[in-house]
Amino acid sequence: MARGLRNAGGQSDPMRRRRLLIATGAAGLLVACGEQKKAAFNSIDVTGASFGQGFSLPDFNGQVRTLADYKGKVVALFFGFTQCPDACPTALLKLSEVAKSLGPDADRLQVVFITIDPERDTPELLKNYVPAFNPAFIGLRGTVEQTAEVAKAYKAYYNKVKGSTPASYTIDHSTFTYLYDPQGRLRLMARHEIDAGALAADVKALLRG
Amino acid sequence: MSIPVLFRSCASTALLLISAAAFAQISITEPWVRGTVPGMKATGAFMQIASKSDTRLVAAASPAAKVVEVHEMTMVDNVMRMREIKAIPVAAGKPVELRPGGFHVMLIDLVKPLEKGATVPITLTFEGRDGKRETVTVKAEVRELAAGAPKGHGSMHQAK
Repeated sequence: MARGLRNAGGQSDPMRRRRLLIATGAAGLLVACGEQKKAAFNSIDVTGASFGQGFSLPDFNGQVRTLADYKGKVVALFFGFTQCPDACPTALLKLSEVAKSLGPDADRLQVVFITIDPERDTPELLKNYVPAFNPAFIGLRGTVEQTAEVAKAYKAYYNKVKGSTPASYTIDHSTFTYLYDPQGRLRLMARHEIDAGALAADVKALLRG
Repeated sequence: MSIPVLFRSCASTALLLISAAAFAQISITEPWVRGTVPGMKATGAFMQIASKSDTRLVAAASPAAKVVEVHEMTMVDNVMRMREIKAIPVAAGKPVELRPGGFHVMLIDLVKPLEKGATVPITLTFEGRDGKRETVTVKAEVRELAAGAPKGHGSMHQAK
């Protein structure tokens, strides 16, 4: 976030930066006052978006899963890969904390991890990896072509980057968590920087309807 | 070369030697490795590095992995990028933290899965300002796959 602000300012002049901060703060206040009546989310509200309308991919047990399978639950969907040492486990860990914080409502949250690395992420590996964060989490894996299609349908970005050995490539990827309400409508996109408490508040708000 | 100049250069060499001796003071605290499940070929190692003099972490090696690299993770416009970097600078008296969301040592082509509770030796090579290299070997604790940063902000585990 701080990096983004700095970039947005485009200069290091402290006065200008201060003014930008004040402006941002004032805008935040206005938003806070204006939104007293409707629920304010911590994530980006994308209600009515035309992208991310669903998926149809095999899970790690070979069963094809679609968004409709999880009607009545909030679905949190994340694109990642298991060789990612940092962003992906952090996101899954955060979602496991969110699930824990829901208490008896934990089964009303379905976390779906879609691999963007079907070449290295075998179903067996996904089956070992995803439930390590929470046994109820599910991992989906399509073919290389299906993966490209589903990412496009979600405006999710990923790009393979060569590593020092042929098998050690890494993947740049967007890190949004897509949140669906219990009616199966895409409602929110959470940034990677969101903390578990703020994300849990959004999930609870979606569960309340 | 006049005598005073020669003397001066000797004196500075002596000073350099003294600083090189003081310099061996690199301390690594809380080294840990994210555990893996069978089939995972890579993972990250994290730690805090402090040094009494300016130095740079320039290389890493471990018997647990065929390739070990120093990486930086950056987040630009919500896109995660991970790149090998030549060095992590460690300024004198200013500890640097390798943690999820920043720098890490990447263990690639793991020899076998790393189970929680095991220890992984990692040898780190540092290069001082004078180009002199020294190595430090740490025993990194393997934590669970779902481990977070030790002092992660916003984590509910830590908030308790």
